[in-house]
Amino acid sequence: MTPLLAAQIVLTLFVFVMLLNSAAVMVYFERKVAAVLQQRMGPYLVGPKGVLQPLADIVKLLFKEELRPAAADRILFVLAPMISATAAFAAFAVVPFGASTTFFGLLDEPMRLQVADVNVAVLVIFAISSMSVYGIVLAGWSSNSKYSLLGGLRSSAQMISYELSYGLALAGVILVANSMSLARIVDQQAGAFYGIPRWFVFLQPIGFLIYMTAGIAETNRAPFDFPEAEQELVAGYHTEYSSMKFSMFFLAEYINMVTVSAVATDLYLGGWHGPFLPESLGWIWFLLKVTAILFFYIWMRWTLPRYRYDQLMAFGWKVLLPASVINLIVTAAGVLYFGV
Amino acid sequence: MPSLNHYLVLSAILFAIGTAGVFVRRNLITILLSIEIMLNAVNLTFVAFGRALGSAEGQIIVFFVITVAAAEAAVGLAIIIALFRHHESLNPDTFTLLKW
Amino acid sequence: MLFYLFATAAVVTSLLVIAQRNPIYSVLLLIASFGALSGLYVLLDAPFVAVIQIIVYAGAIMVLFLFVVMLLNPPAEAIEAHRLFGRRPMIVGSLLAVLLAIELVWALTAAGGESGAFPGASVSSVAEIGRLLFTDYAFQFEVTSILILVAMVAAVMLAGRRSTQEPREASADATIARRGE
Repeated sequence: MTPLLAAQIVLTLFVFVMLLNSAAVMVYFERKVAAVLQQRMGPYLVGPKGVLQPLADIVKLLFKEELRPAAADRILFVLAPMISATAAFAAFAVVPFGASTTFFGLLDEPMRLQVADVNVAVLVIFAISSMSVYGIVLAGWSSNSKYSLLGGLRSSAQMISYELSYGLALAGVILVANSMSLARIVDQQAGAFYGIPRWFVFLQPIGFLIYMTAGIAETNRAPFDFPEAEQELVAGYHTEYSSMKFSMFFLAEYINMVTVSAVATDLYLGGWHGPFLPESLGWIWFLLKVTAILFFYIWMRWTLPRYRYDQLMAFGWKVLLPASVINLIVTAAGVLYFGV
Repeated sequence: MPSLNHYLVLSAILFAIGTAGVFVRRNLITILLSIEIMLNAVNLTFVAFGRALGSAEGQIIVFFVITVAAAEAAVGLAIIIALFRHHESLNPDTFTLLKW
Repeated sequence: MLFYLFATAAVVTSLLVIAQRNPIYSVLLLIASFGALSGLYVLLDAPFVAVIQIIVYAGAIMVLFLFVVMLLNPPAEAIEAHRLFGRRPMIVGSLLAVLLAIELVWALTAAGGESGAFPGASVSSVAEIGRLLFTDYAFQFEVTSILILVAMVAAVMLAGRRSTQEPREASADATIARRGE
């Protein structure tokens, strides 16, 4: 058990536990921000200022009755939330969230704060997010109910349509950075250019907007959450789920949001680089940036009305996909001309 | 330590499993899935040889094979949908109109 | 060691694919088989092909299969036709497949394939693949894009609704109504 191996195991466990915590914090954060936007108080009864509300929610979910409709397919009904949750956690394995540290001299050489340093990391994230479609479509099918099937099929059609624009926005960043490794992409965003940081969002503004829009559609959040809209489809693909299986879907949705925000931070907003703090405390900047993007997510949800399904699909194919292709062409021309 | 022969034997077995699926099964979708298994076995052979000869051409050919497999799966499934509309059945034994 | 793990997973899941009655389980098992093959590609120093396999094959083509199986929702007799595993086709078919396996193994390993480890050099960078695709294989690349366009048009034509057939709402309702029972 070399120190390096021990450090990697600890890092993996740390990332896993932190993701779970982030989902709990997101529950509270979302409800408080929604309350402020709607001019009311959010949770305030449980704990000081309602801080223990997520704990109450988790206890409630754990103690609910585990239901399974009699006509539901046994294996698939249980497998679907597992696939959703697994894909959500797995995508974070290649996201770096801090600079290389030696953990106060415990290690011989610095180790990056990233569970797995793969040099096609961007593609791996794309691959795992295309696996999360299966959780939803299987949940819709195995519940053996009209609303679930409709919700599941619509949601998965939406996700695979927006994956195209997602991938093309990523391709723009790969062109500019000349590498597919997330760690190297963040490294290239260090430093500032006459006071303006060298983040890729300034080189790829349209790409950033496309990525955020496609990311919101990928995670099935408003204004693209037609498949799980309460007014339309009861609860869409997770109508028949309760207790732990429902909480798996819930967890998967929040962690997908965190992953999209973290990848956006790494690709466009400079990752852990920022003024005033030394490199080894860069993870504080990372947290701040991810929190800013998550606030933006919640703000969008409680401000904008929902897209109707055909409007949503038309937007994805007829507006976002041509925009991302044009972005890619212009980026390629720019890289060729300026020789970046 | 796996050598080239190991990978070739594995892809031969996978190809034979795909062929068995095409012979034995009486459900059009499963027959298409068996064809996909065969294509994957071929992909494995290409990548293994590309690695053994130290060139990237094995991976290039795999790139094209995957694309062609996608196109073929789409058209095959469209045909299955069209057939299903006529006969409400996925059993290839029911499509006997042209038999003499 | 990892090779044997992935190889066994690939063979076992492929066997289960052709042995399942329910086509949805077959599709899911095939996805598992693709995952095992992807692991084998990583072992063969081809990370790009491994990830492309997951994104394209397991992430898109199999979703297409799953959609078709779910939307067609064939009635029970079609899935479990009583001659699904009729005696003669199964025995003859399996025998022929085993013969094919033996013949392929003999053909592939008798052609002078070395049984030592792989030689050192390997090309695994995406940059090299991209360079080859756009210079030596540029023509094939462009032809493939036209092929995909043709396939898209063909699929829409073949599976689309003619104006003489039943309207869209009736058949969609039929599928959903059948599902809800």
